[in-house]
Amino acid sequence: MFRIIKKKELNPTVTLMEVEAPLIAKKAQPGQFVILRTDEGGERIPLTIADYNREQGTVTIIYQIVGATTRILNSMSVGDCLQDFVGPLGRPTVTEGKKKVAVVGGGVGCAIAYPVVKKFHEQGTKVHAIIGFRSNELVILEEEFRSNSSKLVLMSDDGSCGEKGLVTDALKKLIESGEQYDEVITIGPLIMMKYVSMLTKQYGIKTVASMNPIMIDGTGMCGGCRLSVGGKTQFACVDGPEFNGHEIDFDEAIARSDMYKEFEQKKQDEACKLYQKEVS
Amino acid sequence: MDVLKKVPIKEQDPQVRAHNFDEVCLGYELEEAMEEASRCIQCKNPKCVSGCPVSIDIPGFIKEVENNNIEAAFKIISDYSALPAVCGRVCPQETQCEQVCIRGIKGDPVSIGKLERFVADWARNHNIKPEPPKEKNGKKVAVIGSGPAGLTCAGELAKLGYDVTIFEALHEPGGVLLYGIPEFRLPKEEVVKAEINNVISLGVKIETNVIIGRSTTIDELMEDEGFEAVFIGSGAGLPKFMGIPGENANGVFSANEYLTRNNLMKAYDTSYDTPIITGKRVAVVGGGNVAMDAARTALRLGADVTVVYRRSEAELPARVEEVHHAKEEGIKFKLLTNPTEILVNEDGWVSGMRCVEMELGEPDESGRRRPVVKKDSEFVMELDTVIMSLGTSPNPLISSTTEGLEINKWKCIIADEETGLTTREGVFAGGDAVTGAATVILAMGAGKAAAKGIHEYLTSK
Ligand SMILES: Cc1cc2nc3c(=O)[nH]c(=O)nc-3n(C[C@H](O)[C@H](O)[C@H](O)COP(=O)(O)OP(=O)(O)OC[C@H]3O[C@@H](n4cnc5c(N)ncnc54)[C@H](O)[C@@H]3O)c2cc1C
Ligand SMILES: Cc1cc2nc3c(=O)[nH]c(=O)nc-3n(C[C@H](O)[C@H](O)[C@H](O)COP(=O)(O)OP(=O)(O)OC[C@H]3O[C@@H](n4cnc5c(N)ncnc54)[C@H](O)[C@@H]3O)c2cc1C
Ligand code: SF4
Ligand code: SF4
Ligand code: FES
Repeated sequence: MFRIIKKKELNPTVTLMEVEAPLIAKKAQPGQFVILRTDEGGERIPLTIADYNREQGTVTIIYQIVGATTRILNSMSVGDCLQDFVGPLGRPTVTEGKKKVAVVGGGVGCAIAYPVVKKFHEQGTKVHAIIGFRSNELVILEEEFRSNSSKLVLMSDDGSCGEKGLVTDALKKLIESGEQYDEVITIGPLIMMKYVSMLTKQYGIKTVASMNPIMIDGTGMCGGCRLSVGGKTQFACVDGPEFNGHEIDFDEAIARSDMYKEFEQKKQDEACKLYQKEVS
Repeated sequence: MDVLKKVPIKEQDPQVRAHNFDEVCLGYELEEAMEEASRCIQCKNPKCVSGCPVSIDIPGFIKEVENNNIEAAFKIISDYSALPAVCGRVCPQETQCEQVCIRGIKGDPVSIGKLERFVADWARNHNIKPEPPKEKNGKKVAVIGSGPAGLTCAGELAKLGYDVTIFEALHEPGGVLLYGIPEFRLPKEEVVKAEINNVISLGVKIETNVIIGRSTTIDELMEDEGFEAVFIGSGAGLPKFMGIPGENANGVFSANEYLTRNNLMKAYDTSYDTPIITGKRVAVVGGGNVAMDAARTALRLGADVTVVYRRSEAELPARVEEVHHAKEEGIKFKLLTNPTEILVNEDGWVSGMRCVEMELGEPDESGRRRPVVKKDSEFVMELDTVIMSLGTSPNPLISSTTEGLEINKWKCIIADEETGLTTREGVFAGGDAVTGAATVILAMGAGKAAAKGIHEYLTSK
């Protein structure tokens, strides 16, 4: 079974968990993900493999509490077992053949960016990490990024930590100051990745964006994760999750990511009402 | 009793069943089954058997039904098929065993499928299970995929004494039987799970949540895990889209997604968290069994549903029974019609579908008359949901991660029809992964042939 062996709150809405999954730990590579189900009635949700330990047979996930499933997940404790945990899924990040790269992460996307940064750093690629958060109390993994990159720029929307501004401001500054990147890798909210890609396009820097559309099976069977890349339909779970940022139709992806918003909201409201009834 | 007519079978009333997911067909009672069985004239040279892809001894089991020896009838069927309760429900009998039944020359053919179903249901309700093998030979065989092909191959090998493990990508076994075909046609707990449990009781192990090509590979199974042969029954799960504008809008789904949400993830059951867009006005594009299943599912979730198909009624690939049931339930059919564009509103949601009318021209390679566009026939259907049901192709995950495993131009695995042997030594394949989307019973036939092929290969090795 997939036992939770460590649980650590990284900020009020983001939690790290280490899960026993020896087969996945044996195979996992940066850029890949798992799909899990907390219990029989639960949804299948994809989460990136944030780290892995091949000897101990464990996989680390870092998730943000956004809705029903992540909330249930967060109610589980060390020693509990997840119903299902399947992976590694998706294509690994291509890290070979690059001398210098910039990795741009936003919010919980930094959890996804971290194993990529670490892999680059370990193999001797120069890596500049630019990570952005809304404010100080939401910062995650700052130390891990610092010790695994040759340059770390921390940005915040409100200036409560690092520099005030957006990650695109920081990236632009670095590029303008003469830094030359073989590639920019961006992972975070869709809107952020859209603007990062627009910026790098101006400078002609190859850019890879890690997409996180709604998924079910993760094996290429349902087509729910599809997006348009260079005018062609691609399935993120098997063809991705990383794609050429200059070719992705971000507006379509943004619309698709809201597909079940109303439904999820209703479910959540119902759950709240039920809860209030039970309490009163 | 009129011997020219089938003993009628009870069905849920169309008005009622349009609002629930319970099974449509209610099956025979014992007396009815015995009466129907008595219509079989026990041909010396039974045509029906040659019409069945797994050659079930049809007169043999029907005779036992007629004499009220249902357990004996079940034993006979079990020698040929591991999933009789499934096949009795979803086999296209009218084009297989029943099409060639002698009784059919004058009057209705014998209701072979419904009798098979009766026997299997009776055995389940009386807790009768197939017998496990007496001796094990200790040889390990891996089976990829737990659809009808994989289950059959695994069951046959287990009967021969092999140590068989099935690896399944999803969290539950069954393949299309589980995630594709809906509850109202094939009950999951009662029928599918029970028949899978029969396969397990033969000694087959099933490991879910393992994706071959990602979690592990065929090479690793053979080199590191000690599997002496591998059977690939991974199906044809990759959905096709039309490639028309607007197809990625919100509210456009593949039939696989729509059905998976509802069947595997049980969206219709409010105790599950799965979201589904029910839609008010739904178009289902396509005319096969999958299209009928998607349409009837949407209807049960409360939508007004139209099936849009580019040829005429005569060419509908779905089973006649399914089309008939769909019509009874109130599904509309817009035939000789082809979509050209999905219209999208400013929020990114479907608002309609532009279509053209078609007419049938000369026959094409498939022998069916080719639909051609009628001039100036464009029109718009107002809709909020579109379900694309245009067929599927095999997933390249396994072929692309297995050296020496060749595929053809339709991405189907190349395998010998008699033995299932692929271009890779020790690796066999069958079912939709080899033929492209076909039928349950053909997949089972292929699984059975491959089990024989594997047995011959491993005994001569
Ligand atoms: C390849 C991939 C990697 C991901 N990695 C991480 C990660 O490392 N950490 C993390 O916090 N999140 C990650 N996500 C996003 C995560 O899957 C969603 O936050 C999660 O599914 C939300 O589920 P929920 O039930 O809690 O919320 P819901 O209430 O269901 O939805 C809240 C939000 O999550 C999105 N969402 C819902 N269901 C899915 C689904 N099945 N797949 C994708 N998105 C969905 C919705 O669009 C919505 O915006 C990843 C997504 C993908 C596709
Ligand atoms: C909606 C629908 C309705 C249908 N109706 C009928 C009908 O009425 N009558 C009829 O005869 N036929 C019908 N069919 C067709 C029939 O279901 C299929 O032909 C049959 O299921 C094929 O069996 P299979 O074993 O080859 O593959 P599948 O049933 O597709 O099973 C393949 C299994 O392999 C698993 N798998 C795939 N890749 C991997 C991997 N890499 N690693 C591990 N596991 C993997 C899949 O998850 C799946 O469980 C229908 C199909 C659909 C979709
Ligand atoms: S398995 Fe299918 S074809 Fe064979 S006898 Fe049964 S219903 Fe007929
Ligand atoms: S062909 Fe028809 S009548 Fe003859 S044995 Fe088969 S089922 Fe009976
Ligand atoms: S998640 Fe179903 S095809 Fe990608």
